[in-house]
Amino acid sequence: MFHRYFGFRLCLIRGWPALRDSRGLAASEGTGIVWGGGLLARWKSCLAALVSGTVWGAVWGVTLFAQPTLAQGMDVDISYLRQRVERAPVLSNLDPIPPDEGLAGAALGQSDNAGTGKFLGQEFTLSVFDLDATGGITPVSGPLSTPGDLIVIDAPAAAIVAFADQPQNAKRLIVNVRAQDVALRDGACRANVLHTIPSYAMRADALSQFLVYRRWTDLALIQGRRPADRAFGAAIRASASKFGLKIARTKDWIEDADLRRTASSEVPLFTQDLPRHDVLIVADETDDFARYLPYNTWLPRPIAGSEGIVPVAWSPAVESWGAAQLQQRFVASAGRAMGSVDFAAWAAIRAIGEATTRTNSPDAATLRAYMLSPAFELAGFKGRKLSFRGWNGQMRQPIHLVQPRAVVANAPLPGFLHQRTELDTLGLDKPESACTAFDAP
Amino acid sequence: MRQEPPVPLLRRQITALIFLGLTALPAYSGEMWITNEKDNTVSVIDTDTLEVTATYNVGLRPRGITFAHDFSELYVAASDDDTVEVLDPETGLVLRRLTSGEDPEQFALHPNNRLLYIANEEDALATVLDVKTGEVIAEIDVGIEPEGMAISPNGKIAVVTSETTNMVHWIDTEKSEIFNNTLVAQRPRFAEFSATGDRLWVSSEIGGTVAIIDTATQTVLETLSMHIPGISDDLIQPVGIKLSADGKLAFVALGPANHVAVIDQQSFDIIDYILVGRRVWHLAFDQGEQRIYTTNGISGDVTVVDVARMKAIKTIKVGRFPWGAAFRPD
Repeated sequence: MFHRYFGFRLCLIRGWPALRDSRGLAASEGTGIVWGGGLLARWKSCLAALVSGTVWGAVWGVTLFAQPTLAQGMDVDISYLRQRVERAPVLSNLDPIPPDEGLAGAALGQSDNAGTGKFLGQEFTLSVFDLDATGGITPVSGPLSTPGDLIVIDAPAAAIVAFADQPQNAKRLIVNVRAQDVALRDGACRANVLHTIPSYAMRADALSQFLVYRRWTDLALIQGRRPADRAFGAAIRASASKFGLKIARTKDWIEDADLRRTASSEVPLFTQDLPRHDVLIVADETDDFARYLPYNTWLPRPIAGSEGIVPVAWSPAVESWGAAQLQQRFVASAGRAMGSVDFAAWAAIRAIGEATTRTNSPDAATLRAYMLSPAFELAGFKGRKLSFRGWNGQMRQPIHLVQPRAVVANAPLPGFLHQRTELDTLGLDKPESACTAFDAP
Repeated sequence: MRQEPPVPLLRRQITALIFLGLTALPAYSGEMWITNEKDNTVSVIDTDTLEVTATYNVGLRPRGITFAHDFSELYVAASDDDTVEVLDPETGLVLRRLTSGEDPEQFALHPNNRLLYIANEEDALATVLDVKTGEVIAEIDVGIEPEGMAISPNGKIAVVTSETTNMVHWIDTEKSEIFNNTLVAQRPRFAEFSATGDRLWVSSEIGGTVAIIDTATQTVLETLSMHIPGISDDLIQPVGIKLSADGKLAFVALGPANHVAVIDQQSFDIIDYILVGRRVWHLAFDQGEQRIYTTNGISGDVTVVDVARMKAIKTIKVGRFPWGAAFRPD
């Protein structure tokens, strides 16, 4: 260890600007220094730095050797795998899904990691791959031609499980930024898959806490017929039961109306026979019909779920806790507002970067162990530190309840307590999860 | 009969001086200037009466605030105007505007009373500005979202904390170059040198810790965690720090925990937690460090804490989202 830092420190005494531009000092695990290409040039820059920095060397150098930090030369290659899924047809032409959803967040995370890495001799790269429905992988951009060991996956749950179960991927670190399916954090969890996108259960629990907090306990639920709508609807029902809320009736949406013209006549009729309720919950994760419900319901009631008060990982409405800075950086780099999948991708890349910074290692097993350990923490502009649940690999995080123009509330809401952290009141807590893949062997 | 010995002349003079001093100079005499981030104003509090005596308009989103060392000028970072405004403390009028680089947030004035070291939050830069000529002397690349800024008492070192990179960057002020970086916990917000300059205290808001760093080696000596019964540990988010000049006490603002921690500067023991306003952000001492003032962003007020008794004695309403504080003696 000593030798490794000694060599680097010689250059670091005063010469970091030279070093920053001439990376290539690659330290092997444990002992010694492995020099990259351009040995002579690097020695010259080190020597020049030493000579010109004699005074500073005298002042600072002597004591620098004792510090066992910030000395590493290392490549950290992250691969972004995305499966493009055709969006189901929806009624409104407003709010198309951005073609770079997720990827734009990953790009910002990469840039943030690079901003840290340049001070540490760590070079981060991001390679993008297309993942087709049969599991075929095509490189799109970046230095790698095949995915490396550090993978961020932006795909539906079935594709994630299929990829994670391939024998060559068993020891890779895979971070899910898209699939909210509860099963992936439950019985269908995989030891090599972590999740930065919140599950449907976390989002539903956040909403339930808000409803309990406001004492709006009588609910009615309208759900769409597509799988994502059903999955969110199921999470809402499970959560309502967990938090003691009553769903008086669940109704499936009818799909044969063009609500752009007839919302004011169709929706009152459709909601007329719902039992008395405080809030109307709507599960429409495909963003099809829910936007036409507000102000047209039979009873004048607030709407929540996929419309109205929406529980999200991220929204342009989030401004506190320095979020405004992340929003501005994202808008500057992507040219549009940041959404939940963008945030999840940013958080995945930053989590890998943060683990790399703290462990000085690009090794998937080392990073996974650190990310799942209590030592890991990430500042995510959400008001509390982010970390990973050791029992199913889900990133702990506050969930924001937003309407389009402001944050309504943040979960966990006051009064929902937990012996570990209040963040574990959202989603599958350890005793609730059937995941055993993360148990120590 | 014994004659009373005459009171020596000198002692009489001293007594008279003390008496005069007590009557002519109130103990807390001066002004505390507060930036109100969401009102685009600064509030002036009379530290004798503890009342707001003036409110002046400044640029957009005022945050960092500091006086010239001779108190002849006041510098205010107008973050959303990308300028540092120079105010006349007698009139509250803006004398001139200095181009500061994008989004100036915190800054520190060099002991030479000329060079202002500014953290440009959105640009990942530290800008060195000559406040007399308005000239930018240097721009230094630092980590993502630089925030905290401090200069060693001897003026040789400037430090910047970068919130997303989680580092303290050590800058040689003569060369305007970074000579080392120290990793700290998540989201380092503020840095403060001890009066002797041998230690640097750095708060990590999301890490929930305060690192005490040895200036000579740039290594972390101690990382302090704080715990307040009834408040979640992850809501204890240290931001502003003030170290007493006598080397005894450290005060740390704990953000949404709504408390200020009082810490022994030498033993690092936590002595007390003082309840103040909501989302307590930055701190400033008055004359003689008898009182410390806290800016409370969410409650929109300033809490005055008696240092000796470690008790909040008054809360003063100011503008919206008070951010920074700076003291000027009469």
